[in-house]
Amino acid sequence: MTDPTIDLHDVDSEHDSAYAGLQVNDSHWAFGTSFEDPLAGVDTTVPDDVDAAVLGRYAMALGDDALVLSQRISEWCSRAPDLEDDIALANVALDLLGQARLLLARAAKADPSLAPVLPEGSPVPPEDALAYFRDAHELLNVRLVEAADEDFADAVVRILLFSVWRLEVWQRLVASRDAVLAAVAAKGVKELTYHRDYAARWFVTLALGTTESRGRLEAALLRAWPLWPELWAAHPIDVAASRQGVGVDPSTVRESAEEVLDRVLATAEVARPEVPGLAAVAGRTGRDGLHTEALSRMLAEMQSVARAHPEGAW
Amino acid sequence: MVRTMKVATRSLDLARRVAARVTDPELPMLTLADLGVLREVDVVGERHVVVDITPTYTGCPAMATMRDDLVRTLGEAGFDRVEVRVVLDPPWSTDWITPQGRAALAAAGIAPPGPAPSHAGPIPLTLSPTARLVRCPCCDSTRTDLVSEFGATACKAIYRCTSCLEPFEHVKAI
Ligand SMILES: [Zn+2]
Repeated sequence: MTDPTIDLHDVDSEHDSAYAGLQVNDSHWAFGTSFEDPLAGVDTTVPDDVDAAVLGRYAMALGDDALVLSQRISEWCSRAPDLEDDIALANVALDLLGQARLLLARAAKADPSLAPVLPEGSPVPPEDALAYFRDAHELLNVRLVEAADEDFADAVVRILLFSVWRLEVWQRLVASRDAVLAAVAAKGVKELTYHRDYAARWFVTLALGTTESRGRLEAALLRAWPLWPELWAAHPIDVAASRQGVGVDPSTVRESAEEVLDRVLATAEVARPEVPGLAAVAGRTGRDGLHTEALSRMLAEMQSVARAHPEGAW
Repeated sequence: MVRTMKVATRSLDLARRVAARVTDPELPMLTLADLGVLREVDVVGERHVVVDITPTYTGCPAMATMRDDLVRTLGEAGFDRVEVRVVLDPPWSTDWITPQGRAALAAAGIAPPGPAPSHAGPIPLTLSPTARLVRCPCCDSTRTDLVSEFGATACKAIYRCTSCLEPFEHVKAI
C-alpha cells in the first residue's frame, strides 16, 4: 500500500515556530461562503423519555428571551453615555446573541416543525429562520425584554432584572437532562455573572449619584417593575420542561433571586416599588405569544433585510 | 501492519502539529492550542482529520474564521478532508491558556488572566469592582486600575496603569 503521508507537507519545515507565519494572506480573513451549523459535532440526540416538542418549545422560549434583549441592547451601539459602556453593552448583547443562536438551533434540532418553512434552496439555517421569519405572536419571550429603552437607566435596570432571573434559573439548568441545554447553561452562567455585576454596579452608582441620576434610575425601575412577576410565573412551557428534567420552573427558585435583588436595592438605598405586575391578557403573557406593540416594531426593523432576501442572496 | 501503524502515527503527529500552529483570529499572537480552544485532533481515515474546538464565549464571532483557518491550513498540509466539530462541554476556561500562551499575551502588551473563579455553590453578587492583582505589561507595576470589565473582544477587560499611565488590556478569568 502507498504511504498516505508522502504528499502531506510538513509545514514546520517552512517556518521556525508557530508564530513565524503570521503574515496576513487573503485566505486568512476569508469567511466561509456558506452558513454553518453552530451545533456541528454536538450530540443533539433527545433523551428517549423526553418529549421533543416540550424540549423544543422550552429552548425556543429561552432563545427568544436572549434574542429580543440582545437586539434591544445592541440599539445602544454608538449611543451609550461613554465609550466604555458602549463597548460593555455591545459585549452583553453579543453574549446574549450567542445564547440565542445555540438555543434556537437546539430548538429546531429537537423539533424541526418549529422553524418556518422557507423557499426551496434557501441557505438560511433553522436558527435564522426562527429569528427572522416569525411574527411577534410566534415569539415566546417574556415581556420584560421587548420595550425600547428611553434612558441608559432603563438598560441598567433591565439587564439587572433579567440577569438576576436568568442566572438563578441557569444555575439549575446546568443539571438539565438535555446535554445541549446543560452545556449552554454552564457557559451562560459565566457570562451572566458579568452582566449581573455590571448592571448592579451601575444601579448603585446611579442611585447614589446625583439627584438627577437617582430620579432617572427610580423612574426606570418603575417602568420595568410591572414585568418582574411574569419572570417568575409557573408557565406551562417551563413547568412541562421541568417535569421532563430538561428545564427549570422559575417559580421554584424565586426566593434566592429576590434576596440578591434586595441586596442591590439596599446598597443603592432604593425601596421596592409598589406597583402591581402587568396583567395577563385573557390569561396570556409573553410565553404565550402575547406581546406589547413595541415587539412588532422592533422585529420589523430587525427582520427587514432577511425577509427581503429569503434566499440569502443579494 | 506495523508499517501501517507507523504511517498512521506519523499522519496523526503531523495533523496535530499543523493544527496546533493555527492562530486565533482575534488574538493572533496566540495559537488555538495555546488559547485552549483546540481540544482534539484525530486522523480518522486517509487524509481525513477531525478537529474539536470549543468557543471562548457563546457569542464568539471568530468560530467561523477558526474553522476556515483550520480547514485551509490542514488542507495545505495535504489533508483534503477536514471536519471541525464544536464542543460545548466542558465550557472553556482561561485556566486552559498554556504558559507559552500567557507569555505570548504578556509580550504583546496584554495582561494574562489569573485563576478562574470557581462556580461551586450560589454565585456571589460583586458590587464593587473585582479586585484582581493585574500587573502592567509595560512597566510591571501592580498599581493598576480597572477601567471597564468589557473590552474590544468578549474575553478582555480594559485597565490603566497608574505608574506609567499606559492603558492596556487584560484577559479576564472565566
Ligand atoms: Zn505601567
